[in-house]
Amino acid sequence: MEQFAQQLLNGLFLGSIYALIALGYTMVYGVLRFINFAHGDVFMLGAFSGLYLNRWLGPMMAGLHWSISLTVIMLLSMAICAALGILIEFLAYRPLRNRPRLNVLITAIGVSLLIEYTGQHPAVFGATQQSFPALIPANNIALTSNLAVTNTQMIVFVTVIMLLVALRYIVMKTRMGLAMRALSLNPTASALMGVNNSVVISFTFGLGSALAAAGGILYASLYPSVEPFMGIIPGLKAFIAAVLGGIGNIPGAALGGLIIGVTETLVGGYSSVVGLPTGYKDGVAFVILILILLFKPSGLLGKTEREKV
Amino acid sequence: MKRYQAQFALLAALLISFAVSQFSGRMNDYYLDIVLTAGISVILAVSLNLVNGHTGQFSLGHAGFMAVGAYGAAIVSIELGPQLQRIFGSGEAGVGISFFIALLIGGICAALCGWIVGVPSLRLRGDYLAIVTLGFNEIIRVILQNTKPDGVFGGALGLGGIPATTSIFWAFGAAAVCIYVVSSMINSTWGRGFLAVRDDEIAAGSMGINTTRYKVTAFVVGAFFAGVGGGLYAHQKGAINPEGFNFLKSVDVVVMVILGGMGSTVGVILAAIVLTVLNEYLRDFEQYRMIIFSLLLIIMMIARPQGLLPATLFQKKGRAA
Amino acid sequence: MSVKFLSRAVLPLGASLAFLLGGCSKEASPDIVIGEVASLSGGTAAWGKAQNDGVKMAVEEINAAGGLLGKKVKLLTEDDQSKDGEAATVTKKLVSRDNVVAVIGEIASKKSLEMAPICQKAGIPMISPGSTNPKVTEIGDNIFRVCFIDPFQGTVMAKFALSKGWKTMAVITDVKQDYSVGLTQFFKEYYTKNGGTLAVEQSFSTGDKDFKAQLTAIKAAGVNAIFVPGYYAEVGLIAAQARELGIDVPMCGGDGWDDASLIKVAGKAVEGCFFSNHFSTEDSSEAIQGFVKKYAAARGGEKPSTFVALGYDSANLLFHAIKTAGTTDGKAVRDVLAATKDFPAITGVITLDAQRNATKSAVILTIKDGQFVYVETVKP
Repeated sequence: MEQFAQQLLNGLFLGSIYALIALGYTMVYGVLRFINFAHGDVFMLGAFSGLYLNRWLGPMMAGLHWSISLTVIMLLSMAICAALGILIEFLAYRPLRNRPRLNVLITAIGVSLLIEYTGQHPAVFGATQQSFPALIPANNIALTSNLAVTNTQMIVFVTVIMLLVALRYIVMKTRMGLAMRALSLNPTASALMGVNNSVVISFTFGLGSALAAAGGILYASLYPSVEPFMGIIPGLKAFIAAVLGGIGNIPGAALGGLIIGVTETLVGGYSSVVGLPTGYKDGVAFVILILILLFKPSGLLGKTEREKV
Repeated sequence: MKRYQAQFALLAALLISFAVSQFSGRMNDYYLDIVLTAGISVILAVSLNLVNGHTGQFSLGHAGFMAVGAYGAAIVSIELGPQLQRIFGSGEAGVGISFFIALLIGGICAALCGWIVGVPSLRLRGDYLAIVTLGFNEIIRVILQNTKPDGVFGGALGLGGIPATTSIFWAFGAAAVCIYVVSSMINSTWGRGFLAVRDDEIAAGSMGINTTRYKVTAFVVGAFFAGVGGGLYAHQKGAINPEGFNFLKSVDVVVMVILGGMGSTVGVILAAIVLTVLNEYLRDFEQYRMIIFSLLLIIMMIARPQGLLPATLFQKKGRAA
Repeated sequence: MSVKFLSRAVLPLGASLAFLLGGCSKEASPDIVIGEVASLSGGTAAWGKAQNDGVKMAVEEINAAGGLLGKKVKLLTEDDQSKDGEAATVTKKLVSRDNVVAVIGEIASKKSLEMAPICQKAGIPMISPGSTNPKVTEIGDNIFRVCFIDPFQGTVMAKFALSKGWKTMAVITDVKQDYSVGLTQFFKEYYTKNGGTLAVEQSFSTGDKDFKAQLTAIKAAGVNAIFVPGYYAEVGLIAAQARELGIDVPMCGGDGWDDASLIKVAGKAVEGCFFSNHFSTEDSSEAIQGFVKKYAAARGGEKPSTFVALGYDSANLLFHAIKTAGTTDGKAVRDVLAATKDFPAITGVITLDAQRNATKSAVILTIKDGQFVYVETVKP
């Protein structure tokens, strides 16, 4: 029983990170109706900017409490990635607005590969893994003798919840959030109502990228090794989480992330009991994707959309 | 005579590649390797073009089908090779027939997988298909990797000691067949449906075209030739492993199709050959290769989405490809 | 597009391309040309660069000492970009275009499996510095290696585990690496036959970051120790996460652990763990200390990794064979290589057996105060 509870906890923490990345996919899809393939790479850039910021600013903040330096590094790298996200949208996606969806998708793949391979170049990050500094001092919290969490996991979880609440507030209670929702319902009508669509889209990209950066730093704190291709798999799984929850739906993305995290962990933990290799857990997310697309393409919380001609 | 033009072209292509193949023994192995790689790239690019270019879908899983074909063909050659050669003889003709059977089985396995993946996911819109095919690519890799190391699939190490049967005849012969089949499909009355699906799926559907059926057909044929290409690749390199057919391999083929011009068979063929040869010459710039290609993808989509050699370039009066 | 266009332009183009490329000239080089295949870029660049460092060092030394058979040794290194299929192409390039007399490479067994049939067909000796899978040398009698093979290393660790009194163990294998799968297979074989019980078998893939699911299952089984035959990047994370879950039993593994970044990532989590390796930089023997010093002098005080030493040994074994044969003829060199006995190398005294595999001793290291510390040498 305790083993099962531990597995659930493991899945929950993993899933909370997927949820954070999934939000970026969902928001961009909500306003632009396209999959931002490069989102996973912004996540990677977030982790790397955390690494370098700590290298440069770390000595300066040596005397401060770790929570302050963590916040400073996190906010700075969120700002950097938000700027990058806005830049990517401006340079690569904006010229393609109103072009066929396929062209935008290919561009997004191009942007993703560009970020990965530029990062892999020895003059940038290099291809080999680098160890990520412990921004949060490690400390085990034993709940019972067989149930353990670390304070890193707790802090990551709390941060994710805080970011989710903040996002919910921005989307539901601010003027910008209102504009985002209007845009996602009908871009033409929202423009006619005086919404500057370009500004809203830039803002959405910035917000999504900032969340990805936060996700990157938290992920790297949990799993302290970073490399330029680290964003691909979490990015894909987060995308699947977004589809599972109903793409374009913010609570859905969070729910989808948790479900993917927990399922994956349970398959990893128990597949050997039924005689399957544990390695199959890497394929679980994709099987979920195919099943959800087969039976409920609109996702768990999404609304069925009719394509208008 | 004009009626059988395409068939004559195919026959001529097969004969030429057979004739060239007879002299390939005198060729330097390294250059032969590049030529074979170019031939296989043509097969992969033309078959992906049927899905991504002509039918307007977007598959990112071509390497997955290639893997199925490569493993299928390699296993036939390794496990059944001796039996097949006992039936057909171990002379040149016998080896050829056995190899043909291996390639065919590899292609059919890939086509079957294409059907299994295609039927559910092709009901969906294009960008989901990209992710599903990518997912399929991953699932194939995960399954192959988790097989037993001493079993038929060889686990993570993959398969070694595959006979090096791929020759210019096989590579370019298969390429010619692939080009012939794809062009004939597209240029037939029935095949206009593919283009209709690409140009406007909803309009095509309302005109009574069974869009899902066209998409699945394109996907299955594309997968079949990807499988054949994979089989040729396995018998060229002599060793395959699951990691060799990852997402980045699929991207290589996608780049060929996009640079050549989606929907332009000639453009795609030229792109496949040029990129293969270019990769060899630019070996020392490997670290910049993908940076440049990805930048090209973005710039092309913004400035010239129809590709460097679009289909319209080769159109004659009233004929489109 | 008209199909006619094909017959007119594309196919002749392909044919002429074939002939154009076909015309090449073979010229005799005044030097002895040795080929090397290494992954200098891409995911496994760290190993490839290490191998290349070792080989280069040996070549510089031999040229400084007057060369081989009165000629200079020229090294041609080709990068396989850590990509599958590339090793075959660059080996063909070395063998049929550059006419090398022998090929050194690769570290990964999959790559060596691509290279081996080409060298075998051309009748050129190939020496792999680090491919430990038994299948590599089974390709043919021109294929050699200077490292021990998976069955030996797996057995060494199983013996070591039993000698430590670990009666029940868990194993967690990297299914993406044939190396890891091989070690597990042979570890399991010896361990279970000699009284040990493998309570849980778990797996992961290179590049994974979260191992808590597998480790929780291992924890529930209550074992004496865990065998982790992976590479340092994942091993570091596995060790760290195991300690977070409250698993405090020792872990052990193979030569894949040998990298300073293991300790960087895992920190205290790997203290008191053991792994087998080809050599130890702490070994007091003169040859090893001389090698370590020379490398450190050239590389700003850095310690040579295992693959540097294996690359160095491969090149030296080849030079020795060419010198003994008195010719660079493939068959003669091959025959001398096959008869190698008690060749003094940095990574131990090498004797090649009938399967052209090196029989030599392994060392066991432990991690103490953030350093790799020598424990014992295990003879074959």
